[in-house]
Amino acid sequence: MSETALLRAQAVPARPAAPVGLLAELTHRCPLQCLYCSNPLELARASAELSTEKWIGIFEQAAQIGILQLHLSGGEPAARKDLETLVAGAVRAGLYTNLITAGVSLSRERIERLAKSGLDHVQISLQDATEEGTHQISGYRGGLERKLKTAAVVREIGLPLTLNAPVHRLNLDRLPEIIEMALTAGADRLEVAHVQYHGWALRNRTALMPTREQVKHSLELIEGSRARLKGVLAIDFVAPDYYASRPKPCMGGWGRRFMVVTPAGLALPCHAAASIPGLSFESVVDKSLEDVWFHSPSFEAFRGTAWMKEPCRSCDFRERDFGGCRCQALALAGDAAEADPACEKSAHHGRLMAIVEQEVGAPRGALHYRRY
Amino acid sequence: MDDHLPNGRVAAITHSSRLVLRRGVKLRRDPVRDRWVVLAPERILTPNEQAAEVLRLCDGHRTVGEIASLLANTYDAEPDTIAADIMPVLENLVDMGVLTA
Repeated sequence: MSETALLRAQAVPARPAAPVGLLAELTHRCPLQCLYCSNPLELARASAELSTEKWIGIFEQAAQIGILQLHLSGGEPAARKDLETLVAGAVRAGLYTNLITAGVSLSRERIERLAKSGLDHVQISLQDATEEGTHQISGYRGGLERKLKTAAVVREIGLPLTLNAPVHRLNLDRLPEIIEMALTAGADRLEVAHVQYHGWALRNRTALMPTREQVKHSLELIEGSRARLKGVLAIDFVAPDYYASRPKPCMGGWGRRFMVVTPAGLALPCHAAASIPGLSFESVVDKSLEDVWFHSPSFEAFRGTAWMKEPCRSCDFRERDFGGCRCQALALAGDAAEADPACEKSAHHGRLMAIVEQEVGAPRGALHYRRY
Repeated sequence: MDDHLPNGRVAAITHSSRLVLRRGVKLRRDPVRDRWVVLAPERILTPNEQAAEVLRLCDGHRTVGEIASLLANTYDAEPDTIAADIMPVLENLVDMGVLTA
């Protein structure tokens, strides 16, 4: 190689790696009103949702740039009448398709059609192990019975099943029953995820913040259950940030593995990214996915490590946790470019325990339901 | 479910085990990165060429012994040597929830 060619090669920055996952928020419409809803505070109206053709075009582009897995989410994706067509389009494009549903509005006929369309996997949310608890958390009456019926149909048809249980103070005492329920339902996998307190969940933090004893018991229970159920039920666990000493690599690193597309077609590096002021997002209706992934300023904003401040900048873990969650840094440290306060190296880390004590000790107050 | 021991654990793999990808797990070629990928919900594994070759042969019909014989033919090696090589790989894949008996 000539000297000039070598210099030129060094001058060109490495192209970011291609994404592996696409989270398609097909709609913000949802029959549930969960206290910890992770949709943005501003919801897209049904009339603003992308058309069938637009979504399928996005799936095709996704596969072409290297995306392997598609998570069809919402809101409730079954609220889209064209869900089967969308799944078939994604399968044709070569994507592994995962349906993330509340499981209260899917008929047997629809699940059969989805399986025929080539759907690879179904994930159903579980709010609690009791009907009363499910109603309290989701504002939806009779939801548990419907979810378990949906789960049974999914298994009868032969589709693999994950149950996803967001956990918090109101349901953690019934975690043993939740695990048993996943076993009885014939799930392949159970996700037990502590609620993350930003967006809508922040409004209900006082009611949802788990106590230290609950967190301790839940960790022991998860550990014991994993060993007991090895080879039968896989259990994934998302740790509670407020009790953590290290942050989670949110989204596997900003603009590193995942792209989110909102119901109206905005491309986001994380589903809550719209909460960060100063970022503007581009529409995949106007631009190609490739263009957005590789060139959008919003994807560049916290990509890699160059944006980091101390203590992240010189931290040995910077390439592993990528500084944690940007939205949590904004919510608790007041700046999205700060270290996630879940990290013990953060100057704001001490505040987490103070918040826990304050929230756990406070009267619960009103529950704020998420109505579409 | 005959291969499950009373405590719920999967029995150890033997030469007569017939392994298959678990429900929801797909082995695919990633054309963009030119490599094999194992796709499962919330998980992507990248087996090397050898592991991918073994995975492709795990169809739920062939026994581990038969797979070892097939590979022994391909690589002109002793089936026992191949079996000893692939057994830990298969056990690991069962533990990771990729393969099941």
